[in-house]
Amino acid sequence: MKLKKAYRVWQRNLTVYTKRYKSSLVLNFVEPVLYLVALGFGLGAFVKEINGVPYIKFLAPGLIASSSMFAATFECTYGTYIRMTYQKTFDAILVTPINIDDLVAGELLWGATKGTFYGIIIIVVLSIFGLVDSPYIVLTIPLIFISGLIFAEIAVMASAVIPGIDSFNYFNTLFMTPMFLFSGIFFPLDTLPPAVAKFAFFTPLYHVVNIARSFSSGHIKNSVPDIIWIVIVASLLLPYPFRLMHRRIIK
Amino acid sequence: MIMTQIVNAKGLTKDYGSLRAVDNIDFNILEGQCFGFLGPNGAGKTTVMSTICCFMPPTSGDVQVFGINVTEDPGQIKARIGVMPQDDNLDVELSVFENLIVYARYFDILKKDSSRLAQELLDFVELKDKADVNIRNLSGGMKRKLILARALINKPNLLILDEPTTGLDPHSRHSVWDKLNHLKSNNTTLILTTHYMEEAEKLCDRVAIMNSGKIVTIDTPSNLMDAHGAKNLEDVYLKLTGRRLAE
Repeated sequence: MKLKKAYRVWQRNLTVYTKRYKSSLVLNFVEPVLYLVALGFGLGAFVKEINGVPYIKFLAPGLIASSSMFAATFECTYGTYIRMTYQKTFDAILVTPINIDDLVAGELLWGATKGTFYGIIIIVVLSIFGLVDSPYIVLTIPLIFISGLIFAEIAVMASAVIPGIDSFNYFNTLFMTPMFLFSGIFFPLDTLPPAVAKFAFFTPLYHVVNIARSFSSGHIKNSVPDIIWIVIVASLLLPYPFRLMHRRIIK
Repeated sequence: MIMTQIVNAKGLTKDYGSLRAVDNIDFNILEGQCFGFLGPNGAGKTTVMSTICCFMPPTSGDVQVFGINVTEDPGQIKARIGVMPQDDNLDVELSVFENLIVYARYFDILKKDSSRLAQELLDFVELKDKADVNIRNLSGGMKRKLILARALINKPNLLILDEPTTGLDPHSRHSVWDKLNHLKSNNTTLILTTHYMEEAEKLCDRVAIMNSGKIVTIDTPSNLMDAHGAKNLEDVYLKLTGRRLAE
Protein backbone atom coordinates (compact mmCIF):
# COMPACT_ATOMS: atom_id res chain seq x y z
CA MET A 1 0.00 0.00 0.00
CA LYS A 2 1.31 3.42 -0.94
CA LEU A 3 -0.07 6.37 0.96
CA LYS A 4 0.10 8.64 -2.07
CA LYS A 5 -2.04 6.26 -4.12
CA ALA A 6 -4.49 5.89 -1.23
CA TYR A 7 -4.63 9.68 -1.20
CA ARG A 8 -5.67 9.65 -4.88
CA VAL A 9 -8.70 7.54 -3.99
CA TRP A 10 -9.48 9.76 -1.00
CA GLN A 11 -9.14 12.78 -3.27
CA ARG A 12 -11.54 11.29 -5.82
CA ASN A 13 -14.17 10.78 -3.13
CA LEU A 14 -13.64 14.32 -1.86
CA THR A 15 -14.05 15.75 -5.38
CA VAL A 16 -17.30 13.88 -5.86
CA TYR A 17 -18.49 14.85 -2.38
CA THR A 18 -17.86 18.56 -2.91
CA LYS A 19 -20.19 18.37 -5.92
CA ARG A 20 -23.19 17.47 -3.78
CA TYR A 21 -22.26 18.37 -0.23
CA LYS A 22 -25.03 20.94 0.13
CA SER A 23 -27.81 18.39 0.07
CA SER A 24 -26.13 15.72 2.20
CA LEU A 25 -24.63 18.14 4.71
CA VAL A 26 -28.02 19.49 5.73
CA LEU A 27 -29.48 16.00 6.13
CA ASN A 28 -26.64 14.82 8.33
CA PHE A 29 -26.90 17.78 10.60
CA VAL A 30 -30.68 17.89 10.89
CA GLU A 31 -30.95 14.48 12.53
CA PRO A 32 -28.75 15.14 15.59
CA VAL A 33 -30.44 18.49 16.06
CA LEU A 34 -33.81 16.72 16.02
CA TYR A 35 -32.62 14.39 18.78
CA LEU A 36 -31.30 17.34 20.71
CA VAL A 37 -34.58 19.23 20.52
CA ALA A 38 -36.95 16.28 20.94
CA LEU A 39 -35.10 14.49 23.71
CA GLY A 40 -33.09 17.34 25.19
CA PHE A 41 -36.03 19.67 25.63
CA GLY A 42 -38.89 17.13 25.51
CA LEU A 43 -37.55 14.37 27.73
CA GLY A 44 -35.28 16.83 29.52
CA ALA A 45 -38.37 18.56 30.95
CA PHE A 46 -39.11 15.39 32.96
CA VAL A 47 -35.65 14.01 33.62
CA LYS A 48 -34.07 17.31 34.64
CA GLU A 49 -30.65 16.02 35.67
CA ILE A 50 -28.41 12.99 35.26
CA ASN A 51 -25.38 12.72 37.55
CA GLY A 52 -25.90 16.37 38.45
CA VAL A 53 -25.84 17.50 34.80
CA PRO A 54 -28.89 19.04 33.08
CA TYR A 55 -30.29 16.36 30.73
CA ILE A 56 -29.65 18.29 27.53
CA LYS A 57 -26.00 18.71 28.48
CA PHE A 58 -25.78 15.03 29.32
CA LEU A 59 -27.22 14.15 25.91
CA ALA A 60 -25.39 16.65 23.70
CA PRO A 61 -21.79 15.30 23.59
CA GLY A 62 -23.01 11.82 22.69
CA LEU A 63 -24.50 13.24 19.51
CA ILE A 64 -21.01 14.24 18.38
CA ALA A 65 -20.07 10.57 18.62
CA SER A 66 -23.21 9.20 16.96
CA SER A 67 -23.20 11.73 14.14
CA SER A 68 -19.60 10.90 13.38
CA MET A 69 -20.35 7.19 13.57
CA PHE A 70 -23.29 7.35 11.16
CA ALA A 71 -21.35 9.45 8.66
CA ALA A 72 -18.36 7.08 8.59
CA THR A 73 -20.54 3.99 8.54
CA PHE A 74 -22.91 5.08 5.78
CA GLU A 75 -19.99 6.20 3.66
CA CYS A 76 -18.26 2.84 3.83
CA THR A 77 -21.37 0.67 3.69
CA TYR A 78 -23.74 2.15 1.10
CA GLY A 79 -21.14 4.49 -0.41
CA THR A 80 -18.41 1.90 -0.79
CA TYR A 81 -20.83 -0.78 -1.93
CA ILE A 82 -22.35 1.45 -4.60
CA ARG A 83 -18.91 2.47 -5.87
CA MET A 84 -17.85 -1.16 -5.95
CA THR A 85 -20.96 -2.77 -7.43
CA TYR A 86 -23.24 -0.31 -9.20
CA GLN A 87 -21.01 2.50 -10.39
CA LYS A 88 -18.05 0.16 -10.98
CA THR A 89 -15.73 2.91 -9.82
CA PHE A 90 -13.43 0.28 -8.32
CA ASP A 91 -13.03 -1.42 -11.72
CA ALA A 92 -12.09 1.92 -13.28
CA ILE A 93 -9.53 2.65 -10.56
CA LEU A 94 -7.96 -0.80 -10.41
CA VAL A 95 -6.74 -0.71 -14.01
CA THR A 96 -4.68 2.38 -13.19
CA PRO A 97 -1.45 2.12 -11.13
CA ILE A 98 -3.61 2.03 -7.98
CA ASN A 99 -3.94 -1.44 -6.50
CA ILE A 100 -6.56 -2.98 -4.26
CA ASP A 101 -4.69 -2.14 -1.03
CA ASP A 102 -4.33 1.52 -2.03
CA LEU A 103 -8.02 1.56 -2.89
CA VAL A 104 -9.16 0.07 0.42
CA ALA A 105 -6.86 2.40 2.35
CA GLY A 106 -8.34 5.36 0.44
CA GLU A 107 -11.87 4.25 1.26
CA LEU A 108 -11.05 3.83 4.97
CA LEU A 109 -9.34 7.21 5.18
CA TRP A 110 -12.24 8.83 3.41
CA GLY A 111 -14.79 7.22 5.76
CA ALA A 112 -12.79 8.39 8.78
CA THR A 113 -12.49 11.87 7.29
CA LYS A 114 -16.20 12.11 6.72
CA GLY A 115 -16.87 10.91 10.27
CA THR A 116 -14.52 13.56 11.61
CA PHE A 117 -16.10 16.25 9.47
CA TYR A 118 -19.61 15.51 10.71
CA GLY A 119 -18.34 15.30 14.28
CA ILE A 120 -16.86 18.79 13.89
CA ILE A 121 -20.14 20.14 12.56
CA ILE A 122 -21.98 18.90 15.66
CA ILE A 123 -19.28 20.34 17.92
CA VAL A 124 -19.89 23.71 16.27
CA VAL A 125 -23.66 23.39 16.57
CA LEU A 126 -23.51 22.38 20.24
CA SER A 127 -21.12 25.22 20.99
CA ILE A 128 -23.58 27.66 19.43
CA PHE A 129 -26.36 26.20 21.62
CA GLY A 130 -24.04 26.75 24.62
CA LEU A 131 -23.96 23.05 25.45
CA VAL A 132 -20.19 22.63 25.62
CA ASP A 133 -18.45 23.65 28.85
CA SER A 134 -14.81 23.07 28.00
CA PRO A 135 -12.59 24.17 25.10
CA TYR A 136 -10.96 20.73 25.41
CA ILE A 137 -13.73 19.54 23.11
CA VAL A 138 -11.46 20.56 20.21
CA LEU A 139 -9.06 17.82 21.26
CA THR A 140 -11.69 15.18 20.53
CA ILE A 141 -11.27 15.85 16.80
CA PRO A 142 -8.22 13.57 16.27
CA LEU A 143 -9.88 10.97 18.49
CA ILE A 144 -13.03 11.09 16.38
CA PHE A 145 -10.82 10.42 13.38
CA ILE A 146 -9.55 7.23 15.06
CA SER A 147 -13.05 6.11 15.99
CA GLY A 148 -14.17 7.06 12.47
CA LEU A 149 -11.51 4.67 11.22
CA ILE A 150 -12.99 1.89 13.36
CA PHE A 151 -16.47 2.48 11.93
CA ALA A 152 -15.04 2.65 8.40
CA GLU A 153 -13.17 -0.62 8.98
CA ILE A 154 -16.29 -2.40 10.20
CA ALA A 155 -18.34 -0.95 7.35
CA VAL A 156 -15.84 -1.89 4.63
CA MET A 157 -15.71 -5.42 6.06
CA ALA A 158 -19.50 -5.55 5.85
CA SER A 159 -19.43 -4.26 2.26
CA ALA A 160 -16.90 -6.92 1.36
CA VAL A 161 -18.95 -9.83 2.62
CA ILE A 162 -22.59 -8.98 1.96
CA PRO A 163 -24.25 -10.64 -1.04
CA GLY A 164 -26.45 -7.64 -1.92
CA ILE A 165 -27.20 -4.11 -0.80
CA ASP A 166 -30.37 -5.15 1.09
CA SER A 167 -28.21 -7.07 3.54
CA PHE A 168 -27.18 -3.76 5.11
CA ASN A 169 -30.62 -3.85 6.76
CA TYR A 170 -29.37 -6.69 8.96
CA PHE A 171 -26.21 -4.75 9.70
CA ASN A 172 -28.22 -1.69 10.69
CA THR A 173 -30.88 -3.48 12.74
CA LEU A 174 -28.68 -5.99 14.49
CA PHE A 175 -25.56 -3.89 15.00
CA MET A 176 -25.98 -0.15 14.48
CA THR A 177 -29.31 0.43 16.23
CA PRO A 178 -28.51 -1.55 19.43
CA MET A 179 -25.10 0.10 19.56
CA PHE A 180 -26.71 3.53 19.19
CA LEU A 181 -29.36 2.90 21.88
CA PHE A 182 -27.06 1.27 24.44
CA SER A 183 -24.03 3.47 24.01
CA GLY A 184 -24.79 5.70 26.98
CA ILE A 185 -25.86 8.63 24.80
CA PHE A 186 -29.40 8.77 26.16
CA PHE A 187 -29.02 7.35 29.69
CA PRO A 188 -26.19 6.08 31.89
CA LEU A 189 -25.68 2.35 31.51
CA ASP A 190 -25.06 1.63 35.20
CA THR A 191 -28.81 1.43 35.85
CA LEU A 192 -29.15 -1.42 33.35
CA PRO A 193 -28.49 -5.14 33.88
CA PRO A 194 -24.72 -5.76 33.89
CA ALA A 195 -24.98 -7.81 30.70
CA VAL A 196 -26.00 -4.69 28.76
CA ALA A 197 -23.12 -2.69 30.16
CA LYS A 198 -20.79 -5.51 29.15
CA PHE A 199 -22.23 -5.50 25.63
CA ALA A 200 -21.65 -1.75 25.47
CA PHE A 201 -18.02 -2.15 26.49
CA PHE A 202 -17.38 -4.17 23.34
CA THR A 203 -18.93 -1.57 21.01
CA PRO A 204 -16.83 1.36 19.80
CA LEU A 205 -19.58 3.95 20.13
CA TYR A 206 -19.78 3.58 23.93
CA HIS A 207 -16.14 4.63 24.22
CA VAL A 208 -16.47 7.53 21.81
CA VAL A 209 -19.45 8.79 23.82
CA ASN A 210 -17.38 8.62 27.01
CA ILE A 211 -14.57 10.51 25.32
CA ALA A 212 -16.87 13.22 23.96
CA ARG A 213 -18.61 13.59 27.31
CA SER A 214 -15.44 13.93 29.37
CA PHE A 215 -13.81 16.33 26.91
CA SER A 216 -16.97 18.39 26.73
CA SER A 217 -17.08 18.77 30.51
CA GLY A 218 -13.32 19.21 30.81
CA HIS A 219 -12.68 15.98 32.78
CA ILE A 220 -10.28 14.58 30.24
CA LYS A 221 -8.61 12.05 32.51
CA ASN A 222 -11.82 10.01 32.88
CA SER A 223 -11.57 8.95 29.26
CA VAL A 224 -8.03 7.56 29.19
CA PRO A 225 -9.20 3.91 29.16
CA ASP A 226 -11.60 4.74 26.32
CA ILE A 227 -8.85 6.37 24.30
CA ILE A 228 -6.65 3.31 24.78
CA TRP A 229 -9.60 1.11 23.76
CA ILE A 230 -10.23 2.88 20.44
CA VAL A 231 -6.54 3.01 19.50
CA ILE A 232 -6.13 -0.72 20.15
CA VAL A 233 -9.31 -1.72 18.34
CA ALA A 234 -8.60 0.50 15.33
CA SER A 235 -5.21 -1.22 14.96
CA LEU A 236 -6.51 -4.73 15.55
CA LEU A 237 -9.24 -4.42 12.93
CA LEU A 238 -7.01 -2.83 10.30
CA PRO A 239 -5.88 -5.94 8.35
CA TYR A 240 -9.39 -7.32 7.85
CA PRO A 241 -10.98 -4.82 5.46
CA PHE A 242 -7.98 -5.35 3.17
CA ARG A 243 -8.17 -9.14 3.35
CA LEU A 244 -11.92 -9.32 2.84
CA MET A 245 -11.94 -6.85 -0.05
CA HIS A 246 -9.08 -8.73 -1.66
CA ARG A 247 -11.11 -11.90 -1.45
CA ARG A 248 -14.20 -10.21 -2.88
CA ILE A 249 -12.62 -8.38 -5.80
CA ILE A 250 -9.55 -10.28 -6.96
CA LYS A 251 -10.82 -13.63 -8.19
CA MET B 1 12.29 -5.76 -39.36
CA ILE B 2 12.06 -7.33 -35.92
CA MET B 3 8.92 -6.32 -34.12
CA THR B 4 8.86 -6.02 -30.37
CA GLN B 5 6.54 -8.30 -28.47
CA ILE B 6 4.29 -6.20 -26.27
CA VAL B 7 2.39 -9.11 -24.74
CA ASN B 8 3.64 -12.66 -24.44
CA ALA B 9 1.52 -15.37 -22.84
CA LYS B 10 2.60 -18.98 -22.34
CA GLY B 11 0.31 -21.62 -20.89
CA LEU B 12 -2.09 -19.03 -19.51
CA THR B 13 -4.76 -20.75 -17.42
CA LYS B 14 -7.38 -19.10 -15.25
CA ASP B 15 -9.80 -20.88 -12.93
CA TYR B 16 -12.72 -19.34 -11.09
CA GLY B 17 -13.30 -21.92 -8.40
CA SER B 18 -13.98 -25.13 -10.27
CA LEU B 19 -14.67 -23.36 -13.56
CA ARG B 20 -11.76 -23.19 -16.00
CA ALA B 21 -12.33 -19.91 -17.85
CA VAL B 22 -9.06 -19.93 -19.81
CA ASP B 23 -7.33 -23.20 -20.55
CA ASN B 24 -3.61 -23.22 -21.25
CA ILE B 25 -3.36 -20.71 -24.09
CA ASP B 26 -0.33 -19.17 -25.80
CA PHE B 27 -0.22 -15.96 -27.80
CA ASN B 28 1.95 -12.96 -28.46
CA ILE B 29 1.02 -9.48 -29.52
CA LEU B 30 3.38 -7.29 -31.53
CA GLU B 31 4.05 -3.62 -31.14
CA GLY B 32 1.87 -1.30 -33.21
CA GLN B 33 -0.53 -4.04 -34.20
CA CYS B 34 -4.16 -4.50 -33.45
CA PHE B 35 -4.90 -7.92 -32.01
CA GLY B 36 -8.47 -9.17 -31.65
CA PHE B 37 -9.94 -11.83 -29.38
CA LEU B 38 -13.10 -13.22 -30.92
CA GLY B 39 -15.45 -15.84 -29.63
CA PRO B 40 -18.86 -16.51 -28.14
CA ASN B 41 -19.92 -15.19 -24.73
CA GLY B 42 -18.14 -17.09 -22.00
CA ALA B 43 -15.25 -18.10 -24.27
CA GLY B 44 -12.75 -16.46 -21.93
CA LYS B 45 -11.99 -13.24 -23.82
CA THR B 46 -12.68 -10.83 -20.97
CA THR B 47 -10.68 -13.02 -18.58
CA VAL B 48 -7.68 -12.83 -20.92
CA MET B 49 -8.03 -9.05 -21.02
CA SER B 50 -8.29 -8.87 -17.23
CA THR B 51 -5.08 -10.83 -16.94
CA ILE B 52 -3.25 -8.57 -19.37
CA CYS B 53 -4.30 -5.45 -17.46
CA CYS B 54 -3.10 -7.07 -14.22
CA PHE B 55 -6.58 -7.12 -12.72
CA MET B 56 -6.83 -10.90 -12.34
CA PRO B 57 -3.69 -12.92 -11.59
CA PRO B 58 -3.36 -16.08 -13.74
CA THR B 59 -3.91 -19.41 -12.01
CA SER B 60 -0.91 -20.74 -13.90
CA GLY B 61 1.21 -19.84 -16.88
CA ASP B 62 3.34 -16.84 -17.64
CA VAL B 63 2.05 -13.52 -18.95
CA GLN B 64 4.46 -10.73 -19.73
CA VAL B 65 3.49 -7.22 -20.78
CA PHE B 66 6.32 -4.93 -21.94
CA GLY B 67 8.59 -7.80 -20.83
CA ILE B 68 7.35 -7.52 -17.24
CA ASN B 69 5.52 -10.37 -15.54
CA VAL B 70 1.95 -9.34 -14.64
CA THR B 71 2.27 -10.74 -11.14
CA GLU B 72 5.62 -9.13 -10.45
CA ASP B 73 5.21 -5.44 -11.11
CA PRO B 74 1.61 -4.64 -12.06
CA GLY B 75 2.03 -0.96 -11.15
CA GLN B 76 4.69 -0.43 -13.79
CA ILE B 77 2.61 -2.18 -16.45
CA LYS B 78 -0.59 -0.38 -15.52
CA ALA B 79 1.13 3.01 -15.78
CA ARG B 80 1.66 2.31 -19.51
CA ILE B 81 -1.67 0.79 -20.51
CA GLY B 82 -5.07 2.30 -21.18
CA VAL B 83 -8.24 0.32 -20.62
CA MET B 84 -11.64 0.81 -22.18
CA PRO B 85 -13.89 -1.53 -20.21
CA GLN B 86 -17.03 -3.23 -21.43
CA ASP B 87 -19.12 -1.55 -18.72
CA ASP B 88 -19.63 2.15 -18.51
CA ASN B 89 -17.89 3.11 -15.27
CA LEU B 90 -17.57 6.88 -15.55
CA ASP B 91 -18.03 9.00 -12.43
CA VAL B 92 -21.68 9.96 -12.82
CA GLU B 93 -21.52 12.86 -10.37
CA LEU B 94 -18.79 14.60 -12.34
CA SER B 95 -18.69 16.52 -15.60
CA VAL B 96 -17.00 15.26 -18.75
CA PHE B 97 -13.89 17.34 -18.07
CA GLU B 98 -13.74 16.43 -14.37
CA ASN B 99 -13.89 12.74 -15.21
CA LEU B 100 -10.64 13.10 -17.14
CA ILE B 101 -8.94 15.22 -14.47
CA VAL B 102 -9.84 12.81 -11.66
CA TYR B 103 -8.65 9.85 -13.72
CA ALA B 104 -5.37 11.60 -14.55
CA ARG B 105 -4.67 11.94 -10.83
CA TYR B 106 -4.54 8.15 -10.48
CA PHE B 107 -1.48 8.33 -12.75
CA ASP B 108 -0.02 11.22 -10.73
CA ILE B 109 -0.40 13.57 -13.68
CA LEU B 110 -0.22 17.15 -12.44
CA LYS B 111 -3.25 19.40 -12.81
CA LYS B 112 -1.61 21.80 -15.27
CA ASP B 113 -0.67 18.89 -17.54
CA SER B 114 -3.95 17.05 -17.15
CA SER B 115 -6.04 20.13 -18.05
CA ARG B 116 -4.14 20.51 -21.30
CA LEU B 117 -4.25 16.76 -22.00
CA ALA B 118 -7.96 16.61 -21.25
CA GLN B 119 -8.60 19.47 -23.69
CA GLU B 120 -6.60 17.71 -26.40
CA LEU B 121 -8.34 14.40 -25.82
CA LEU B 122 -11.80 15.95 -25.82
CA ASP B 123 -10.85 17.55 -29.09
CA PHE B 124 -9.68 14.19 -30.41
CA VAL B 125 -12.94 12.41 -29.52
CA GLU B 126 -15.07 15.39 -30.63
CA LEU B 127 -16.50 16.18 -27.22
CA LYS B 128 -14.92 19.58 -26.77
CA ASP B 129 -18.24 21.41 -26.53
CA LYS B 130 -19.45 18.90 -23.92
CA ALA B 131 -16.62 19.55 -21.44
CA ASP B 132 -18.88 20.94 -18.70
CA VAL B 133 -21.83 18.63 -19.34
CA ASN B 134 -22.80 16.11 -16.68
CA ILE B 135 -22.27 12.45 -17.59
CA ARG B 136 -25.98 11.74 -17.20
CA ASN B 137 -26.71 13.99 -20.17
CA LEU B 138 -24.43 12.16 -22.61
CA SER B 139 -25.64 9.73 -25.26
CA GLY B 140 -24.30 6.17 -25.28
CA GLY B 141 -21.91 7.02 -28.12
CA MET B 142 -20.55 10.07 -26.32
CA LYS B 143 -19.98 8.03 -23.18
CA ARG B 144 -17.97 5.45 -25.11
CA LYS B 145 -15.88 8.20 -26.66
CA LEU B 146 -15.27 9.77 -23.27
CA ILE B 147 -14.19 6.38 -21.90
CA LEU B 148 -11.79 6.14 -24.85
CA ALA B 149 -10.43 9.60 -24.05
CA ARG B 150 -10.07 8.60 -20.41
CA ALA B 151 -8.13 5.48 -21.40
CA LEU B 152 -5.69 7.71 -23.30
CA ILE B 153 -4.97 10.17 -20.48
CA ASN B 154 -1.66 8.50 -19.57
CA LYS B 155 -0.54 8.28 -23.23
CA PRO B 156 -0.56 4.48 -23.13
CA ASN B 157 1.67 2.29 -25.31
CA LEU B 158 -0.95 -0.43 -25.14
CA LEU B 159 -4.69 0.12 -25.34
CA ILE B 160 -7.05 -2.61 -24.17
CA LEU B 161 -10.57 -2.40 -25.57
CA ASP B 162 -13.28 -4.71 -24.29
CA GLU B 163 -16.16 -4.53 -26.78
CA PRO B 164 -15.47 -0.89 -27.59
CA THR B 165 -18.49 -0.32 -29.82
CA THR B 166 -21.16 -2.59 -28.39
CA GLY B 167 -24.53 -0.85 -28.40
CA LEU B 168 -23.47 2.03 -30.63
CA ASP B 169 -25.22 3.32 -33.72
CA PRO B 170 -23.32 3.01 -37.04
CA HIS B 171 -22.17 6.65 -37.01
CA SER B 172 -20.72 6.44 -33.53
CA ARG B 173 -19.16 3.08 -34.33
CA HIS B 174 -17.39 4.43 -37.42
CA SER B 175 -16.26 7.41 -35.42
CA VAL B 176 -14.69 5.15 -32.76
CA TRP B 177 -13.03 3.08 -35.51
CA ASP B 178 -11.52 6.23 -36.99
CA LYS B 179 -10.02 7.13 -33.64
CA LEU B 180 -8.62 3.64 -33.12
CA ASN B 181 -7.08 3.57 -36.59
CA HIS B 182 -5.51 6.92 -35.92
CA LEU B 183 -3.98 5.62 -32.68
CA LYS B 184 -2.67 2.56 -34.46
CA SER B 185 -1.00 4.73 -37.05
CA ASN B 186 0.83 6.40 -34.15
CA ASN B 187 2.23 3.02 -33.11
CA THR B 188 -0.14 2.38 -30.19
CA THR B 189 -0.69 -1.35 -29.77
CA LEU B 190 -4.36 -2.31 -29.55
CA ILE B 191 -6.00 -5.39 -28.10
CA LEU B 192 -9.73 -5.71 -28.53
CA THR B 193 -12.59 -8.09 -28.01
CA THR B 194 -15.64 -7.77 -30.17
CA HIS B 195 -18.72 -9.60 -31.36
CA TYR B 196 -18.72 -7.61 -34.62
CA MET B 197 -16.73 -9.45 -37.25
CA GLU B 198 -16.80 -6.38 -39.46
CA GLU B 199 -15.03 -4.50 -36.67
CA ALA B 200 -12.38 -7.20 -36.38
CA GLU B 201 -11.85 -7.20 -40.16
CA LYS B 202 -11.51 -3.42 -40.28
CA LEU B 203 -9.18 -3.00 -37.30
CA CYS B 204 -7.31 -6.19 -36.53
CA ASP B 205 -3.96 -7.26 -38.00
CA ARG B 206 -4.32 -10.60 -36.29
CA VAL B 207 -7.16 -12.32 -34.49
CA ALA B 208 -7.45 -15.22 -32.06
CA ILE B 209 -10.72 -17.10 -32.21
CA MET B 210 -11.56 -18.52 -28.79
CA ASN B 211 -14.04 -21.14 -27.71
CA SER B 212 -14.56 -22.67 -24.25
CA GLY B 213 -11.39 -21.15 -22.84
CA LYS B 214 -9.12 -22.32 -25.65
CA ILE B 215 -7.72 -20.57 -28.71
CA VAL B 216 -9.05 -22.34 -31.79
CA THR B 217 -6.86 -20.44 -34.22
CA ILE B 218 -4.64 -17.36 -34.52
CA ASP B 219 -3.95 -15.67 -37.83
CA THR B 220 -4.54 -12.59 -39.95
CA PRO B 221 -8.17 -12.13 -41.00
CA SER B 222 -7.25 -12.54 -44.70
CA ASN B 223 -5.31 -15.78 -44.10
CA LEU B 224 -8.25 -17.17 -42.16
CA MET B 225 -10.69 -16.28 -44.92
CA ASP B 226 -8.42 -17.89 -47.55
CA ALA B 227 -7.82 -21.02 -45.50
CA HIS B 228 -11.52 -21.61 -44.93
CA GLY B 229 -12.69 -20.47 -48.36
CA ALA B 230 -14.87 -17.84 -46.73
CA LYS B 231 -15.71 -14.44 -48.14
CA ASN B 232 -15.76 -12.75 -44.74
CA LEU B 233 -14.55 -13.28 -41.20
CA GLU B 234 -18.05 -13.96 -39.94
CA ASP B 235 -18.23 -17.18 -41.99
CA VAL B 236 -14.86 -18.30 -40.62
CA TYR B 237 -16.02 -17.52 -37.09
CA LEU B 238 -19.29 -19.42 -37.46
CA LYS B 239 -17.52 -22.37 -39.02
CA LEU B 240 -14.87 -22.58 -36.29
CA THR B 241 -16.97 -21.89 -33.22
CA GLY B 242 -20.14 -23.53 -34.51
CA ARG B 243 -18.48 -26.85 -35.32
CA ARG B 244 -16.85 -26.97 -31.92
CA LEU B 245 -20.08 -26.21 -30.19
CA ALA B 246 -21.87 -28.96 -32.08
CA GLU B 247 -19.33 -31.57 -31.01
